[in-house]
Amino acid sequence: MDTFDPALPWQRSHSVALRPEPFGALVYSFSTRKLSFLKSRQLVDVVQALADHPTAAATLTACGVTDAQRPAYVKALADLARSAMIEVRTCA
Amino acid sequence: MRLIDHFEYGLDAPICLTWELTYACNLACVHCLSSSGRRDPRELSTAEAERVIDELQRMQVFYVNVGGGEPTVRPDFWHLLDYAIGHDVGVKFSTNGIRLDRARAQQLARTDYVDVQISLDGATAEVNDAVRGAGSFATAVRALENLAEAGMKDVKVSVVVTRENVGQLDDFKALTDRFGAQLRLTRFRPSGRGADVWDRLHPTQAQQRELYAWLLANGDRVLTGDSFFHLSALGESLPGLNLCGAGRVVCLIDPVGDVYACPFAIHENFLAGNVRSPGGFQQVWQSSELFAELRSPQTGGACTKCAHFDACRGGCMAAKFFTGLPLDGPDPECVQGYGETALAARDVAQVTPRSHLDHSHRGPVRGQPTLLGFPSIPAKACDESPLAGMR
Amino acid sequence: MPETPQTDAAVLEAPAVTEEELVEESLVEEVSIDGMCGVY
Repeated sequence: MDTFDPALPWQRSHSVALRPEPFGALVYSFSTRKLSFLKSRQLVDVVQALADHPTAAATLTACGVTDAQRPAYVKALADLARSAMIEVRTCA
Repeated sequence: MRLIDHFEYGLDAPICLTWELTYACNLACVHCLSSSGRRDPRELSTAEAERVIDELQRMQVFYVNVGGGEPTVRPDFWHLLDYAIGHDVGVKFSTNGIRLDRARAQQLARTDYVDVQISLDGATAEVNDAVRGAGSFATAVRALENLAEAGMKDVKVSVVVTRENVGQLDDFKALTDRFGAQLRLTRFRPSGRGADVWDRLHPTQAQQRELYAWLLANGDRVLTGDSFFHLSALGESLPGLNLCGAGRVVCLIDPVGDVYACPFAIHENFLAGNVRSPGGFQQVWQSSELFAELRSPQTGGACTKCAHFDACRGGCMAAKFFTGLPLDGPDPECVQGYGETALAARDVAQVTPRSHLDHSHRGPVRGQPTLLGFPSIPAKACDESPLAGMR
Repeated sequence: MPETPQTDAAVLEAPAVTEEELVEESLVEEVSIDGMCGVY
């Protein structure tokens, strides 16, 4: 996976546990043993809603991410994709 | 806030926790952090253990590190393993390998969300068995062979670094490579029976520098659990957050349900509560006074004036406590030498703190360690001479 | 240390922030599970 494509359907990866915390969430992958820290509640909402929308871009819009915030959120999703915390949905 | 600040101020649930399932053990390692050997009659029942797992599931604890004693000598170990995994709690367990025959190895290889860690303290039987007992090296190797043959992935070998084995780091790496396992090095602390042999076994300052250099050169392929963060004061920081997780992101549940800040701190001063109390584990984790104290900003005391404080954070609470040093002073192995000075300045009459708990075997154990000079196996069961079997 | 309200895009007017936050802060931070003492 070279670049993150927000036009694809995404979802939280299987074998990834997500635990909300006051500051955002902790995300732990049982397969890679990586632990990530999500630093905003809004990002947590996005990650949890990915599976419900046809594209990542649509998810951002549905979760109220503003145009100004978009670059940071796309980057965050790209980071999560790179560490295999989220994956492309194969069945739409 | 930085991530590390969130962790230092504590989380609503631990990220993982250590759970010592039993104080019973087939071995009698000289440095056992939990002074294990004999089962405690008050140990949690199977049903009570299941309730703890239910709580951990509700709290979304990601995984537990199960140890003991030797956890696999509990008859319900395999049931509890399945129960935890079936309730969204991953399991990593530490074992001396005694029960890992081919069948169990194959079973483990087929099981998701379980991690196996074999304890070993020497790259050769000679070095290992002096500390862990005759035959323990062979047991560990047999388990590693069985696991490798069964195709088990990500097996770990965990080594407590001591004066006797620090020269074998490359050999340890070769051993783990041979079995396709990952090497983990961990710090020897004066906890449990470790207190009795700490003076003799803890690495010298020169050896610590050797270890530090080796970690810098090999660290990306070796796990340490951040347990050497006190060495970061030697220069470039070692990978890791340099964060003491005790009471903040981790804790210990012991075989009788007592909750301590950390497995190296089994002592009343670090006892936060018991899972059998109303509110269970969650109540203890979220509301205990001890944990609230640990989660408040820590004063580094005298150490804050040292230029290296940011790197070493004053070292390990348990190491200081069990060597009788104040918690707001230097670590006994402070790489700047302040720990040695502090140790020398201790009142000669001072008795270092001891845990109220000691489950050590009382009599000789078959194949017991030879480090302290006792024979490894009695020459004859009924031989009355105390010198029988000694060379 | 009180939490300062975080705005994630550099475009918006930033409140007085610490040096770390002047650089656009990532919303995701990865931590090694091997990187905290006590986590095995």
